[in-house]
Amino acid sequence: MERERARRLIELARKGNLRAMGRLLTLLEKPSQESMWILEEMASQAGNAHVIGVTGIPGAGKSTLVSKLIGGLRRQGYKVAVIAIDPSSPITQGALMGDRLRMQEHATDPGVFIRSLSTRGLKGGLSLAALAMIEAFDAFGFDKIILETVGVGQAEVDIMHAAHTILVVTMPGAGDDIQALKAGVMEIGDIYVLNKSDKPEAQKTYEYLKFALEKGDIGEQEEGWTPRLVRVSAIMGQGIEDLVNAVEDHYNYVRETGRFGRSIESRRLLLVKLLAERILYNILEKAAKEVARTPSQTDSGRIPIAPLSLALVEETCRQASTTIKGKMLLDL
Amino acid sequence: MSSPQSTRRIKVLVAKLGIDGHDRGAKVIARALKDAGFEVVYTGIRQSPEQVALAAIQEDVDVIGVSILSGAHMHHMEKLMEKLREYGAEDIPVVLGGTIPIPDIEPLKRMGIREVFLPGASLRYIIDVVRRLAEEKRAREAETLL
Repeated sequence: MERERARRLIELARKGNLRAMGRLLTLLEKPSQESMWILEEMASQAGNAHVIGVTGIPGAGKSTLVSKLIGGLRRQGYKVAVIAIDPSSPITQGALMGDRLRMQEHATDPGVFIRSLSTRGLKGGLSLAALAMIEAFDAFGFDKIILETVGVGQAEVDIMHAAHTILVVTMPGAGDDIQALKAGVMEIGDIYVLNKSDKPEAQKTYEYLKFALEKGDIGEQEEGWTPRLVRVSAIMGQGIEDLVNAVEDHYNYVRETGRFGRSIESRRLLLVKLLAERILYNILEKAAKEVARTPSQTDSGRIPIAPLSLALVEETCRQASTTIKGKMLLDL
Repeated sequence: MSSPQSTRRIKVLVAKLGIDGHDRGAKVIARALKDAGFEVVYTGIRQSPEQVALAAIQEDVDVIGVSILSGAHMHHMEKLMEKLREYGAEDIPVVLGGTIPIPDIEPLKRMGIREVFLPGASLRYIIDVVRRLAEEKRAREAETLL
């Protein structure tokens, strides 16, 4: 019955029904038997969209930049989808998602679909939902999928690897050359965007970034692609054409070198790994209850942390091989 | 260690319609709903009914909350309900808050607005109403396709 519903939703979505698309995305947010079936359907129809990751420090102007990028890509005739990720409260799990408000000028454009996603205080959960949504937007026929996320934490660096093209957005005064040297998200850009470049201190930051790029401190030099630095003022609408050109150049590069397909393969492998991680985590949670039930303080009073961990691994493996046989432990 | 999210959070769109920059109330509500554990999408000021309807559909929200302090609520709400019907989304419950004259409440409810919050409405009450409407909508979803 659920599969029938999913099938009908997919049929409607294919015809361009926005509500059906919205609902399918909701179903994909949470792993379940139904969502897995949808995901497989979506992935089978996907593989054409260019995925653009946009990351950078909070306040760098990512959402405003994305809005301008949408406009630039629309002028090229592309259909554009956006997945805007905002943090959720670790305490209440609630979220106030405000990225969308910078992009509302595109709300009534039939060639644009914007969807907000909260991090849900869970690393794997975020990535899994975002990756599933990429497959869906790809299947819905969007040419460009922009994935916008705050560039803090390993999960967000991981998720960026699902993108064909990575934009790292920074702004004047966001730190000196030492900040640029630091490990993390600054390392992974294909295109570096200095936003707010209408500000007076922009020239200095531009020089720092240019120097860091030339020295190879940031950005990974690849055969056939040298990371670019683009100066933009999203709010003033300056430099947008340069940015769109850089994105298109990178797109041509990934297409011509076969990286396009390889990137899709690796994003699907990441999806499979994250799903396995989720299933394993569910079993681990169950097994932990078993292990906790057996009090195992040794006679000497020593707390056996390492042996308990091993016992938990053992119990997890046991449950994984015996109790789940063919059953998905997603709905736990 | 945080456990994986197993339930779908209640998702609410908070919007301001028309030429009206008074967004303090909308922001207070957005914040309160967030603190109640909801996912809130805030679309900012000066939105058209079509922008709000399409945002609600793309985000697949459970409830739409509109704030209007300009006095143009009758006009804008009628248009919003029209747009929701046009896109087949009239099942998404809509609530309204703001400086609404009491005689307007009945006509607004006849338009299909589920609840009107006047100045002084407590956050607790607003959260409860939003939660109830969201739960009702979820219950209906189980029986219908959308």
